[in-house]
Amino acid sequence: MKFAGMAMEDIIVVEDLVKKYGDFTAVNGISFTVKAGEIFGLLGPNGAGKTSTLEIIETLRTKTSGKVWVQGFDIDRQAIEIKKRIGVQLQSSGYYPNLNLVELIKLFNGLYNENVDPMELLQKVDLVDKAKNKVKQLSGGQKQRFSIATTLINKPDIIFLDEPTTGLDPQARRNLWELINQIRSTGTTIVITTHYMDEAEYLCDRVAIIEQGKIIALASPTQLIENLIATGFERPKQLQLASLEDVFLNLTGYELRDK
Amino acid sequence: MRARDKKYSQLVAMAAVIKASLKGIIRSPSTVVFSLVFPLIFILVFGFISGGSFTLTIAVNPASLDSNNMVYQIVSKSPGVKIVSYTNLDKLNKDLTTGKVDAWMKIGTSKGRQKFDIKLITSTASPEEGRIIRSLVDGIADKASLASANVNEPAFDVSQDEVKGRKYRKIDFILPGQLGFSLLSTGVFATAFVFFNLRQTLVLKRYFATPIKRIYIILGESIARLIFNTIGSLIIILIGYYAFDFTLLHGAITVINLLILSALALIVFMGFGFVISGIAKQDSTIPPLANIITLPQFLLAGTFFPISNFPSWLQPISNVLPLTYLNSAMRKVAFDGANLIDVAPQIGVLLLWGVLVYGLSIKTFRWE
Repeated sequence: MKFAGMAMEDIIVVEDLVKKYGDFTAVNGISFTVKAGEIFGLLGPNGAGKTSTLEIIETLRTKTSGKVWVQGFDIDRQAIEIKKRIGVQLQSSGYYPNLNLVELIKLFNGLYNENVDPMELLQKVDLVDKAKNKVKQLSGGQKQRFSIATTLINKPDIIFLDEPTTGLDPQARRNLWELINQIRSTGTTIVITTHYMDEAEYLCDRVAIIEQGKIIALASPTQLIENLIATGFERPKQLQLASLEDVFLNLTGYELRDK
Repeated sequence: MRARDKKYSQLVAMAAVIKASLKGIIRSPSTVVFSLVFPLIFILVFGFISGGSFTLTIAVNPASLDSNNMVYQIVSKSPGVKIVSYTNLDKLNKDLTTGKVDAWMKIGTSKGRQKFDIKLITSTASPEEGRIIRSLVDGIADKASLASANVNEPAFDVSQDEVKGRKYRKIDFILPGQLGFSLLSTGVFATAFVFFNLRQTLVLKRYFATPIKRIYIILGESIARLIFNTIGSLIIILIGYYAFDFTLLHGAITVINLLILSALALIVFMGFGFVISGIAKQDSTIPPLANIITLPQFLLAGTFFPISNFPSWLQPISNVLPLTYLNSAMRKVAFDGANLIDVAPQIGVLLLWGVLVYGLSIKTFRWE
């Protein structure tokens, strides 16, 4: 069931989304679309409303008003169809205690009525040697990789990542970026929230900047930068040819230290 | 055909939850300890306190009793009688007043050894034993008097037959009580903590992104706990039977009836757990709330002592508690061989509590 006038390539359509918590309006009339196969970023400071927006689209939170369609399914009436087709990585999520990674994958298999081979999945995220470990024994980067693995179990058309690299060291961050790119190359649409600008610049095809519940800009990173320069903006400091992060990675290497 | 194109099965999802939950339960040491180890320890300890059969301890003093006396001979050889000889009269008196001996027997003569005066000194420290010793000695002395008066065929003759009965041992009282209590504490504590933690650690939130319906999450968790604790109950019952001679009047049928009662009661008790997990705002408020529900029943529901032992003003409270009815039903089933219809009143009270508690939990249960 498709909304009349919606382009075939719009996999998510958000229209006038509003979310209030009591008197506080977290999301104040947001509208945007996400195109199939792109990596779409939601940027903004903490408290800007991006997590609320994301959770509403993920069917995890009810909205106050507005309309949302995911793959043509109306979130008000066909939420279950949406749940079947999306993968969700939560900012801070726990996993069932006392189970190891393989057992958790089997649990999600059941929850999605799927039959994915746990070892194959773990191989995609380079966690095969941690198969018998529990989540709490993993490093930060490994936990995020496992989280992303669980989003892939139902072979989703869209996955949602909420601040996936927060708290990771430079090697782990870059490694995760590569994983995300790999996933996109299989045709999966990715919606990501972040407050790391370099991440948004590196990964996203288009970016929406959210502030106080409203979108204040929406375009590709390049376009946004060009727009800014066109207003006469000039960076105060002279552009360096390298950054401190380059120094760090150059000295300590790009390989993962996943112990 | 992709999974999403087929009809989604909530049951398949629930089965996965049951499996995962069971694994989690078995691997959690505290659950195993509370469900199995504690009850067994309590059964061991309370089932065997106050062992030892009933004895009548009679003190004698050689200066005031001739051990060749016929009455003395018969009394001392009577079953259940223990004779203690004293030379120190102060110690004798002290032991009498503290109940270490039940009576002091003196036999004196008068009328030139033709008449024997048997004097019993008993103490308020052991009044029942004193009464029994009195009737024992009375009976023996009367027979001796008749014999010495040459009455060989007394008008009243007493004989005794013994029927084979089922000895109601302490274990028969204690095991159902401890089993009932362990079901109560598991049902309340474990359920309260599990849902609280799943909510806090955002495990539940991740579940919501999947197509499983919320009710199947609860059902899955509950069924897992039910399976685990029913097996646990079976283990306790079997250990009681094989190691401690717990009475199972009708064998396998009794066991099945007991397990059905266990499962039913656990379902009711889990309802309390749901209510608490909904009310508690923090981890730390769960134990006090859970204790309010479990401790009074621990003490008053006939877990350790029969309710009839309690003062009359306490008994109405006991008669309201669900655990009281579970304990009573289990004892009837195990020892009296009652079937489930016979204990329908007890089951009825449990179910009534179930309706009350689940009604409340629907109102108070929170998903986040």
